[in-house]
Amino acid sequence: MRLTRREKVVDYVVLSLFALFAIIPLVGVLLSAVTPSAANEGGFALPTKIDLGNFATAWTEGHFATYMTSSILVTVGVIVLTTVLSVLAGFAFARLDFAGSGIIFFIMLAGLMLPAEAFIIPLYFNLRSVGMTDTYQSLILPQTAQSLAFGIFWMRNQFRAFPGEIIEAARIDGARDLRVLWQVIVPPSLAPIMTMCVLVAMWTWNEFLMPLVLITSEDRRTAPLGLAFFKGEHLTDYSLLSAAGIIVAIPIVVLYFFLQKRFISGMLGGISAK
Amino acid sequence: MTVTANQHERTIDTTARPDSRAAGATSSGRPGRGRRSGRRKRSLVAYLYVLPAFVVFAVFLGWPFIQTVQYSFYDWDGLSPATWAGLSNYLSVFTDSALRGAFGHALILMVFYAVIPVMLGLFLTALISRANALRGMSAFRTILFLPQVIASVVVATIWVSIYSQDGLVNGTLRLLGLDGLARVWLGDYAFALPAIGFVGTWLNIGLCLVLFLSGVGNIQPELFEAARLDGASARREFFSITLPALRGQIAVALTLTIVSALKTFDLVYVTTGGGPGTSTTVPAYEAYNRAFNTGQVGSAAAVAIALTVVIMVVTALISRIQPKDVQ
Repeated sequence: MRLTRREKVVDYVVLSLFALFAIIPLVGVLLSAVTPSAANEGGFALPTKIDLGNFATAWTEGHFATYMTSSILVTVGVIVLTTVLSVLAGFAFARLDFAGSGIIFFIMLAGLMLPAEAFIIPLYFNLRSVGMTDTYQSLILPQTAQSLAFGIFWMRNQFRAFPGEIIEAARIDGARDLRVLWQVIVPPSLAPIMTMCVLVAMWTWNEFLMPLVLITSEDRRTAPLGLAFFKGEHLTDYSLLSAAGIIVAIPIVVLYFFLQKRFISGMLGGISAK
Repeated sequence: MTVTANQHERTIDTTARPDSRAAGATSSGRPGRGRRSGRRKRSLVAYLYVLPAFVVFAVFLGWPFIQTVQYSFYDWDGLSPATWAGLSNYLSVFTDSALRGAFGHALILMVFYAVIPVMLGLFLTALISRANALRGMSAFRTILFLPQVIASVVVATIWVSIYSQDGLVNGTLRLLGLDGLARVWLGDYAFALPAIGFVGTWLNIGLCLVLFLSGVGNIQPELFEAARLDGASARREFFSITLPALRGQIAVALTLTIVSALKTFDLVYVTTGGGPGTSTTVPAYEAYNRAFNTGQVGSAAAVAIALTVVIMVVTALISRIQPKDVQ
């Protein structure tokens, strides 16, 4: 469809205006992070002298090497567990008949709506009574449970759309379900599995409440939790705070710039398909 | 673990045979002795596929949720024995001014998180309805959506500096000669809550715009062409073609944004901690604070359950405007 010249101009002006609105705070943070601490008052002035040392200072003073390692461990753990469990369960819900499948699926799907506050209070006391608080498992397992609602829903939809003839053909050749799943269905479904993985990575990396409640020792803090504590110690040192914020946000932002289509389609399509 | 589970399934097998056979027969549609028994076996194996996910879900989410319901009927400080409280924790959601305030604040946040972004998004979509076909749209989309992927703790840190004494907002006001309006936004009783709400507007406006523009992109161009041939005004075109076609996207946008307003926690925790006074408390913050700081575990559980019910009711209401034929 052709757009008139006038239409195009209006489109570009409106889009640029709102893109600017989205990006100004982020540009401000970048500027702030390279402004020497002494010259930074929280404003968004162009720095007269670029000081990359803020990143190094924030990194060492804030112990971000430790926090980033924790975050990576937890995120990888949640991704691997969620992927394996969602693929298995999604396959069963999409392709196998069993009594109660509808109700079990519905119960797990309801997990999508549950705010973390609705289960984290007893979860904390349960984990504490078995001595599991303040461990990586105490972050990985509940966050896997949280991600499963989306993961199972997502994989079930993908596997439902998978051409049935191919599965039947493999079955006639004598392949068992598990082999059908791993050798016939999973390889062509890697793209949607990837989408699920990047979304789970983002949710897990950015999670704040779970580590806030479940982690007490400093060396197991995740990056966002570390940042919250770092903010408490450097209330008005905006240069250091900005640098630390960038350190925490950058892994997911980089992933987003490479895989933006997957992020957007997953976040919007996951719910709209319901 | 798996072996015992397997055995367990097998015992179920004999008792539940008629049921599983019926399920197999209806779906295969081709009865036959060998096939039927194959179906039945497969249907039992199916539980093994679901079991690992279900166990993780049940132990770390499902059961704790049921326990939250149980907690909500007790008075408990987290240490000494709990005492039965009946419905009093739920009653105090309505009578305790701190809790009423928190839910009221969530309502105000909803205006900033959901109403403004959705309305503004629709207005802009009417203005630039065909922008999805524009060259460079994918770059715009990437930038507009960017705030959504940044950790909320980082977002909070960014906005703390924007709202600070000499931050971007006050700097801009002074530049415009409006020095009188400059203030410490997050420390102001009247303005702290709207200031937090505005962060939500910033977060969600791009999401709504991206969603609506992609929705318009799915409308058949012939519809617009026909409308133009009939001499329909742009206004008419929006209300009779664009808006009805966007029902699905509007439902998604409302669900995402309202739920994000109701679930707000990180932003409040990092920016104001509920203050000044109690001017920015929200239900999620009250639940956290009561459970883990002030030893009112039962009350916290009741707040959490009330919040969950509100989220479910809102989600159910919104799904009614979603067209049924979406799938």
